[in-house]
Amino acid sequence: MSHHIVEVKDLKFHYPDRTPALSGVSFKIRHGESVAIVGANGAGKSTLLLHLNGYLSPVEGQVRIGDYQLTPETVREVRRTVGMVFQDPDDQLFMSTVFDDVAFGPLNLGFTPEDVSARVEQALATVGVSHLRDRPPYRLSTGQKRRVAIASVLSMSPDILVMDEPSAGLDPRARSQLIELLRSFQHTKIIATHDLDMVVDLCERTIVMHDGQISADGPTMEIFSDETLLAASCLEKPLRMQGCPVCSCKG
Amino acid sequence: MSRKIDQAFYDIGHLDTLAAGDTPLHRLDPRAKLLTTVVFILTVVSFGKYEIGRLLPFFLYPAVLIGLGELPLTFLLKKVLLVSPFVIFIGIFNPWLDREVMLQLGPLAISGGWISFISLLLRFTLTIGAALLLIATTGFAAICMALEKLGAPQVFTVQLLLLYRYIFVLIGESIRMMRAHSLRSFSAKGRITYRVFLQMLGNLLLRTIDRAQRIHMAMLSRAFTGELKIVRQFRFGYKEICFLVGFSALFILLRCTDVTALLGHLVLEISR
Repeated sequence: MSHHIVEVKDLKFHYPDRTPALSGVSFKIRHGESVAIVGANGAGKSTLLLHLNGYLSPVEGQVRIGDYQLTPETVREVRRTVGMVFQDPDDQLFMSTVFDDVAFGPLNLGFTPEDVSARVEQALATVGVSHLRDRPPYRLSTGQKRRVAIASVLSMSPDILVMDEPSAGLDPRARSQLIELLRSFQHTKIIATHDLDMVVDLCERTIVMHDGQISADGPTMEIFSDETLLAASCLEKPLRMQGCPVCSCKG
Repeated sequence: MSRKIDQAFYDIGHLDTLAAGDTPLHRLDPRAKLLTTVVFILTVVSFGKYEIGRLLPFFLYPAVLIGLGELPLTFLLKKVLLVSPFVIFIGIFNPWLDREVMLQLGPLAISGGWISFISLLLRFTLTIGAALLLIATTGFAAICMALEKLGAPQVFTVQLLLLYRYIFVLIGESIRMMRAHSLRSFSAKGRITYRVFLQMLGNLLLRTIDRAQRIHMAMLSRAFTGELKIVRQFRFGYKEICFLVGFSALFILLRCTDVTALLGHLVLEISR
């Protein structure tokens, strides 16, 4: 039997003002898988991600991360296992230097100062921003901020990386460098995004969400070839899979 | 209007750039600089309200710091000027309230009010100058950490740290809001009406609350338990002790003895 590292079972959630957000979501993600969560704005992607690290608790249903069922008692362990990269790096980088920010997680987890330093250096080196260690985060470019935000999670050595729109706001070069970086990680990856071309590059499996439910779950290429499904979920084919504007005009 | 805000925004950042300098003064342990600044401010404000002459030697300290720290004098003076309206408003009525003549310079009679006003301005320049110099040589984050190492409650230092971190985001957000407003308000000079201003303020508050929630979320997902831990090696060596003890002794000496008068006597004695 394979090891189910993330399992969501019949998850239902509505916000305190009764705005429904998730109505019965179930899936299993295995160790080492790279999964995209796509869907229109307001389909429930972000809400789903917030359940994966226990920030929101399900109204009904279960979330299981590794060996732990997500409960108030296990939330600390779950948060160590799940590294969450937020959409706006300014929300994530709240300390006054890059070093302090990347050290924040490991320090809270109780590592010794030498251990913390080693982890920080390694995380910064992995994402290629060691030279920024003493800079204040608000002075960095968006691309650099994103890398530091990823380092701030890597320093806790999580098993699972959860990312909300990692490629948003990046210039084309920074975007493709980020994709290369993410591709080099061995972690289980769960990526919520609108950047379907990135999904083609990074994720072998795609979960499509629509109105708080999963409307499809399968191999990425299969899903992106299904035009009726994409249209029903307010999505379009990745640009790369659409006809080339130059050639098709000549056609 | 928005140009001014933009300018102020970059200026705050500039203090931080100055703090990243690498001079012997910058390398001193922040605690030494913080404590020296506190002693300086306390001695300066402890003088009587008509004191002028004995305050003047205290300008030695900012002068030495600017020299040692290779800081731009005009930039710092501009910052002091920026805050000066507050003090001028506090002291401007002194000359009217206190008309008793205290000093007769030939035909010119100077009232106690004018003297206390000038004394107030001097003290303001010295204390604000010292605080700015502390930030420009140490950096805000290091000051917060020094405060904590010196035993300030963590609730307080964490608030300061986060306040300083997010003031840039907050100002950035306000600037964008003002810009959006001025682009679509065709009234004279883009002036904001009271009603619109209230709405913008409310909007800013709501956005801030939302952001605070997201930041808290980010902290929680990195195992935050309510205590902010920072690794920072501080070394309070003999340089720090010299700096702190030397300057503090000088300030107390200047406070307790009238060095200007002594010097004056000395000069008179010699010339006689």
